[in-house]
Amino acid sequence: MKKLKIGDLEKIREKVRKTSNLRKGQARANITVHMGTCGIAAGARDIMSMLLEEIERNKIDDVLVTTSGCAGFCSKEPMITIEIKGEPPVKYGDLTKDRMKKIFAEHIIKGNIVEKFALAIGSEHTY
Amino acid sequence: MQDISLHILDIVENSINAGASLIEVTLDEYLKNNSLSLKIRDNGKGIEKKNIKNILDPFYTTKKGSRIGLGLPLLAQAAEEAGGELKITSSVETGTEITAVFIHDHIDRKPLGDISETLIDLVAAKGLKLDIFYSHNKNGNSFIFDTREIKKELRDVNINNPEILKFLKKRIKESLNEIKEKGD
Repeated sequence: MKKLKIGDLEKIREKVRKTSNLRKGQARANITVHMGTCGIAAGARDIMSMLLEEIERNKIDDVLVTTSGCAGFCSKEPMITIEIKGEPPVKYGDLTKDRMKKIFAEHIIKGNIVEKFALAIGSEHTY
Repeated sequence: MQDISLHILDIVENSINAGASLIEVTLDEYLKNNSLSLKIRDNGKGIEKKNIKNILDPFYTTKKGSRIGLGLPLLAQAAEEAGGELKITSSVETGTEITAVFIHDHIDRKPLGDISETLIDLVAAKGLKLDIFYSHNKNGNSFIFDTREIKKELRDVNINNPEILKFLKKRIKESLNEIKEKGD
């Protein structure tokens, strides 16, 4: 029975331990990828993987990514919700990898909502 | 769903919603018997007896605010289209076990897809609270990924750290390619 080769894990652990400052509850932003059956069938996993790649590539360590079920707008999947600390949550729909990249650069990195792709802000403001 | 790795992601989301803290996914490819078996077992709250008979009805769900539940019916359809079947056993004491069997070389059998991506996305999203055990056997060549062991090695470092995820994804991909090549 072959187990995952984790020989280098200790080295990476040491490196991460020195540089990472994210503790529970300290995240600046939380991104939820909607992973209901509808979301997954529409490509939510690609969106999630792209997000993880962007976070790793940009060396961001204060953003958490999580998943949730269907948000009730199946025709708008894949969807994500971005919550920046202290700001109302923003839902984005009809996502593609390109759109996700733009939203990541604008909203997560610079803090500007990309209204063109936004479905709703908070629970009252709808685009 | 385009492939089996996406079905896994979908069914595991059910387990997460059922409050599971451990999910075991086993993929067995027996080329001698020409069969592919996918088993997903969780320690969640289980399915009540009265609901089991409706579980494969796409217009039946116990989710609040929803009228449909497509995940299991879609997996059942995928198995049946590939000459197989889906079985569910569940109890409120022990959790739920789903087994989907496919004829391996059936023309309509969906490809496995990117298992490493499914595993890493799950670890990234839920890895702090949830443990995942993945076992893949192909013609006697096996691979095991167990987040409980990884967490033990990582000690005070979170398993969902981006650099750790990148490392794990690369390793899972390599290991799966190895058993694929050896098993073919």
